[in-house]
Amino acid sequence: MNTETSHSFTERLLKSRYIWPLAALLLMLIFNLLLDASFLDIHFDNGRFYGNPIDILHRSAPVALLAIGMTVVIATGGIDLSVGAVMAIAGAVCANLLVATDVSLFTVLVAGIASGLLCGLINGALVSYMGIQPIIATLLLMVTGRGIAQLLNDGQIVTFQHAGFSWLGSGTLLGIPVTIWLVLLVFGISQLMLRRTALGLFVEAVGCNSSASRYLGINDRTVKLMAYLLTGFCAALAGIISAADINGSDANNVGLWLELDAILAVVLGGAALSGGRFSIPLSLIGVLIIQTLNTTIMVSGMPSKLNLLIKALAVVLVLLLQSDIFRKQISGLAGKWRHS
Amino acid sequence: MIARRFVPLLATFSLLVVMFIIGGFQFEGFASLQVVTNLLTDNAFLLVVALGMTLVILSGGIDLSVGAVVALSGVLCAVLISEYQWHPLLVFPLVLVIGTLFGTLMGSLIYFYKLQPFIVTLAGMFFARGLATTISEESVGIDHPLYYAVADSGIALPGNAWLPSYAIIVIAVLAGLFLLTHYSRFGGYIYAIGGNSQSAALMGVPIARSTIGIYAMSSFLAAFAGILYTFYTFSGYALTGIGMELDAIAAVVIGGTLLTGGSGYILGTLLGVMLMGIIQTYIIFEGTLNSWWARIAIGLLLFVFIALQKVLNRSSQRG
Repeated sequence: MNTETSHSFTERLLKSRYIWPLAALLLMLIFNLLLDASFLDIHFDNGRFYGNPIDILHRSAPVALLAIGMTVVIATGGIDLSVGAVMAIAGAVCANLLVATDVSLFTVLVAGIASGLLCGLINGALVSYMGIQPIIATLLLMVTGRGIAQLLNDGQIVTFQHAGFSWLGSGTLLGIPVTIWLVLLVFGISQLMLRRTALGLFVEAVGCNSSASRYLGINDRTVKLMAYLLTGFCAALAGIISAADINGSDANNVGLWLELDAILAVVLGGAALSGGRFSIPLSLIGVLIIQTLNTTIMVSGMPSKLNLLIKALAVVLVLLLQSDIFRKQISGLAGKWRHS
Repeated sequence: MIARRFVPLLATFSLLVVMFIIGGFQFEGFASLQVVTNLLTDNAFLLVVALGMTLVILSGGIDLSVGAVVALSGVLCAVLISEYQWHPLLVFPLVLVIGTLFGTLMGSLIYFYKLQPFIVTLAGMFFARGLATTISEESVGIDHPLYYAVADSGIALPGNAWLPSYAIIVIAVLAGLFLLTHYSRFGGYIYAIGGNSQSAALMGVPIARSTIGIYAMSSFLAAFAGILYTFYTFSGYALTGIGMELDAIAAVVIGGTLLTGGSGYILGTLLGVMLMGIIQTYIIFEGTLNSWWARIAIGLLLFVFIALQKVLNRSSQRG
């Protein structure tokens, strides 16, 4: 009796969606602790916390924001490749307003967010009202977005001095970087909206079967449009904190390849790219795995160019583990081995 | 009345002619044979990559790894020739084999594990780019007599135009792919899979062999384009071809191939690459326009053609 319940408990634990991503993260942290016993140390200095964990959280903020939006878009069965370009646009809008005008910080932020929402609206309209495949629809903005940001910046890196704006990227609140607070805020609001209302259910229904959900009375087009608006918003915010962090807008390099990191984070979190069930907390664990990996490679003195190779192998491995056919092959092999 | 499926092709061709005429009236030396041959030479590697992409998109898939494969094969060529002193004629087959194996691997993952082409080739892009930077982060120069010999050879055309030898190679590749796609059994399989892979399987199309073959072909062509690129720059660099996959997809779509697969033409892709090239040439001739306008123009063009595809598709379904 007792063994049976413990058996079902371990089985439940093994079947839980959280176990694999968390195990991967733990494994990486243990590896780091073995390399450097003080890896997880945090100390308090000059009114703010310092240490690797804080650094990892701070550095992962832009990807974490992107991953929140990307999770929802992927759950509706879509994808948003334009987030890196949208980051560049939002950064350029804010930087130019700060340099060229005297408008208040609030207006600057509203303009930056609005530019991201506009991009999201374009993506969403192309996908849900014109019926264009999400990869291609968002590819359009990915191609043109950086060009638009470059035009705004006139091909230069626009730098600015604004204490209030910079605070968003490199300031602290209660000793913890503002970027971390922003991620927590966006995470909290989206989690509340998606899990305490029926919205999350709608998103999953649309992702599982778009036309079936329409017959159920869900406005699948609006749900998709909202998802792209959310990625637009998240990308704009990520662009703002990236610009605030370096006190400038570098349209060529800001957010470059981050769309891939965000997608990777969602996949590492166990969400299927075909849509349906999603979990923002799991995606954020995926983000932490990626950023810890980056930091590990840096701290352990391995050449940083190995980063891409390791990421590529990680994606393939996770995809294979998600594939039913691969699982059957593995359990088939394991069965053979057990019988012989 | 022309068939509906030719409409995008015709639109691209007319745009190309119109651009050429406008440029010819505006700038001296725009409407010359040299500009045409330059279009071919400067976009040779893009054309080869886009031809491979055409096959993939015709079959209903996508290959995001091509730009990275171009970089990887370029770096491999440069390192083996310059640092290991191998003969280029030994290096090229090796690089092509590696490229083909890479595509075979991606195709196998896509077919056997039913993974989405988009994410598999994205991982492939990470992998190839990572491998290229691991081999060499710096640009590696190539200094070999064969390269100079090839660079100096070519055919003189009337009107003081010059067709370099590697443009001739590209024309040969184009002809080969044209025959393969439109006149071979493998070509038929590609269209069948892109149209409806289930009915293709029921009709006896070898789906496994064809799917893997298509991605192998795309990577083979990307590796080939990487070799061409070393002749263009006399070097190999791990960061070449960033964003080339997007240009290639744009060229294929502008060339009238349906993104959903099953319909399109090899020669359309040639027109697509030429149109993108002529936009860039126009912006260079114009001189005052920021080069970023080229990207925006290509994005808008891509949008117009996707919208055109949608409209044509819808009306063909109704009619």
